Amino acid sequence: MKRHHAVVRITHWVNAIALTVMIGSGLRIFNAYPAFARRGESFCCYPFERTPIPAKLTFGGWLGGARNWHFAMMWVLVVNGLVYLAFIYLHGEWRDLVPRRGIVRDSREMIKFYLNARKDHPKQGKNNALQRMAYFSMPLVGVMAVVTGIAIWKPVQLAPLTDVLGGYVWARYWHFWAMLLLVILTIGHVFMVFTVDPYSIPSMITGKYNEDLSPEARNARPFVHLLPQHHDDAPTV
Amino acid sequence: MTMRPPSEEPQPAASYRGHAAERLGIDRRRFLLASGGAIGALALAACDSQGPRSAQKLLKLAERKNETLERALYRHTSIDAPPAGALPAGQHFPSYFVSHEVPTWDDSARGAWKLEVGGLVRKPVQLSLADLASLPRIGYKLDHFCVEGWTAVATRTGVRLADLAKLVGVQPGAQYVDFQSFDDGYHESWDIDSAMHPQTLIVYAQDGHYLNPAWGAPARVYSPVKLGYKNTKYLTKIMFLPDRNGGYWSDRGYEWYGGV
Repeated sequence: MKRHHAVVRITHWVNAIALTVMIGSGLRIFNAYPAFARRGESFCCYPFERTPIPAKLTFGGWLGGARNWHFAMMWVLVVNGLVYLAFIYLHGEWRDLVPRRGIVRDSREMIKFYLNARKDHPKQGKNNALQRMAYFSMPLVGVMAVVTGIAIWKPVQLAPLTDVLGGYVWARYWHFWAMLLLVILTIGHVFMVFTVDPYSIPSMITGKYNEDLSPEARNARPFVHLLPQHHDDAPTV
Repeated sequence: MTMRPPSEEPQPAASYRGHAAERLGIDRRRFLLASGGAIGALALAACDSQGPRSAQKLLKLAERKNETLERALYRHTSIDAPPAGALPAGQHFPSYFVSHEVPTWDDSARGAWKLEVGGLVRKPVQLSLADLASLPRIGYKLDHFCVEGWTAVATRTGVRLADLAKLVGVQPGAQYVDFQSFDDGYHESWDIDSAMHPQTLIVYAQDGHYLNPAWGAPARVYSPVKLGYKNTKYLTKIMFLPDRNGGYWSDRGYEWYGGV
């Protein structure tokens, strides 16, 4: 039994690439005018107006190059996202990804465990409560990024959409926030993969996963019990 | 009715057969380190670059497909209206040109300024500023959408290009319009649909005053359905053409369509 279906594995990595290019090129576009204020106005809600993002974090080389990447890769992101959502809906994977009743209590147990206030790893199935929330939010924020993106791409031809978001200036701000949330979710995800369950990386490539090395089996929290030989240890002191 | 699924699920008994890489004798940690390093190196090499050269063809293809979609999406009835509370940029409106200094029309050297409207038309005309000002005048408070991401609000006053097109009798074969200038060869060509939008104006006044040289005097094209760079300032010629004719920024890598 594979841990992740091939469709999930492929869309995961396509998404990783598409999202990286979208964020890098988006930041390069942002740097052409690293502010939200309309000319002649000030903007309430961004503390770094007119401070560019470090060029090393951007992609595209210049505004035109970044725009060309952004407007091409957006189709990869959208089509890949739709394939993923359609697949997990039809194939049933969504059941492991939506929050279920008891999510608050289950999340509290996970946090208690990570803070060392609980000794044994809670057993919550393929995805624990925190993972469910993260993997459920990711597509939602993705939709937010796409919708706000369309609103600032076509603020006149699709004016009703842009207006719903508060006009062009605010739609651009919400687009920036969608990017920030995606970055935060991704950093959290990658941090947990490398510090808690690096053995899940092959499972996202080949689909194979060894349950003996699962975080539950190793009783692993970030940086603790990372190595397989700990897996039948008693809880740490 | 859904039952509350059990929170504590039984764990399947897994038999450990070892990962393929391990059977091949590749140490897991070393593999992770190496692949992480490779990904990091790739990412660093990509930073701040334009990406692989071979991708440029694909990007061009995407731009053409996007243009097809954007032209299908285009409606004459889609009208720009800045939010009620938006302040006009006034003196904060940026000045932009490609010459080394502000382009100004020197009457003594080049004769009186005229705007030539020609190409695939029955009656080409040459209009002085006074001629333009005597044509049906229209003013809109409009957003300006710059390719860089900023917007600015200004009241633009001038003549609808659709009215000028009636005046000169545009022929059916004219599918594109090229807007040319005396700003060091700056020009941009448009699709005819965008040019005939009711808010596409040949502007000679901004915020109630004749244009000053910093903003494109004596006349410029302005439409909220196009990004700023498509809106040629310092106009000299409006040519109705059977084919597209590129543009200053379109030839340098910005999208030719530049629709908003």
